[in-house]
Amino acid sequence: MIQHIAEQFPTVFAALNVGFLQTVKLFVVTLLGAIPFGLLISFGSMSKIKAISATVKTVVWIVRGSPLMIQLLIIYYFPGLVLHTPIWGSGEQGRFIAAAIAFIINYACYFSEIYRSGIQGVPIGQTEAGKVLGLSKSQIFFKVTLLQMIKRIMPPMANEIITLVKDTSLARIIALQEVIWAGQAFLKGSQGISGEIWPLFFTAVYYLAFSGLLTLLFGYIEKKLSYFR
Amino acid sequence: MAFFEVNNLIKSFGKTKVLKGVSFSLEKGEVLAIIGSSGGGKTTLLRCINFLELADSGTISVGGKVLYDGTVDKKMSDTKMREMRLHFGLVFQNFNLFPQYTALKNVMLAPLLLKIDREENIASTARELIDRVGLSDKADFYPCQLSGGQQQRVAIARALALKPDILCFDEPTSALDPELTGEVLRVIKGLKSSDSTMVVVTHEMEFARNVADKIIFMADGVIEEMGTPEQLFEHPQSEKTKAFLSRSLER
Repeated sequence: MIQHIAEQFPTVFAALNVGFLQTVKLFVVTLLGAIPFGLLISFGSMSKIKAISATVKTVVWIVRGSPLMIQLLIIYYFPGLVLHTPIWGSGEQGRFIAAAIAFIINYACYFSEIYRSGIQGVPIGQTEAGKVLGLSKSQIFFKVTLLQMIKRIMPPMANEIITLVKDTSLARIIALQEVIWAGQAFLKGSQGISGEIWPLFFTAVYYLAFSGLLTLLFGYIEKKLSYFR
Repeated sequence: MAFFEVNNLIKSFGKTKVLKGVSFSLEKGEVLAIIGSSGGGKTTLLRCINFLELADSGTISVGGKVLYDGTVDKKMSDTKMREMRLHFGLVFQNFNLFPQYTALKNVMLAPLLLKIDREENIASTARELIDRVGLSDKADFYPCQLSGGQQQRVAIARALALKPDILCFDEPTSALDPELTGEVLRVIKGLKSSDSTMVVVTHEMEFARNVADKIIFMADGVIEEMGTPEQLFEHPQSEKTKAFLSRSLER
């Protein structure tokens, strides 16, 4: 058994690495999109204009209230199967773009709520102190409240981001060739290996290592920000 | 016309009328103390003067120029609001220092962002101010490393950095332990020697009596009585003033 795995390992490892690269790509692109987009959504949900805040809150409710897997399926299949305009194409690149859009929208909504609690958690006195010192709204946001907000949202953001590491596996449902897909290939048969379940189980190691690394990183950032209260 | 004039300021929150027509004037270099029970409108008055709230009607003028007229100035640009605010400084009850910056950087931040001078000049002015509030050895400390009294002194330095025409204090010692109020009051008293005009909302009767040139007693949104410390403390005219003073002096 052990020898058996050892023989297959180089082939499986190489294939899983390729899959994991796609996982990491989806992870990075989601963060790059969702972190700023979430801020926009949080401003929308705090807007003084009722129509905007109500619309944004409804969208956030729908996105947070339904499974990400369904959202992936809808975004990927709806244009082609319902509207008969397959905008994503049939290749891996099309699947990646569709997955990235679904993930960005979904995570931006979660992030927006974390941002909102972070922004509203900074005492109003900080903004007022900035105002009486003649600072502009953007100066107050970037120079006064932003860092305090970042400090406040670090723990829930770390939580959400570690969840994202594992959620990328949901993209398997539209056959994105991420690490789970790569592991599963050896069950069905690939590169002369078939009927093997261990590569699929082994993918968990990738997630564990990656989330372990992120945990260390967030611990470091939180420590860096501990110089003020 | 006096240096600083507030005329018939009225402010309501919803149906509650908090300021019911407040008028007073102050000459340059004078210190005004505002006393009165909680809920009398003192803090709202100060917040209207600093444009953290906009008065429904009434005018605020500095140096003979009307800065704010509540009947017309309801909608104004951010830029105009910022210019108006720069005439005033405000020291808050709970300091509101920026926690992520050192004491020195707290003092320097607004002058740097507003580009009022070259950076090295701003830094040296900030050091002088920190020195003036007696915290030269604490310049590089973060607010969380300072006591309440020290934080409030930094906040005073921060407010002075923009050289406001009128410096306002909103109960500057109310959030402090009794043994720390003295150091803050001494700093405020020390500012009087220069030509800064100040408005201090306070519960410290001794301080008001010793430092102020003029005292206002506010109750229920109006100025119940106004005068020199001697007039107000020794010969109060209004029954409300008398009752308030005897209550305060009991404590």
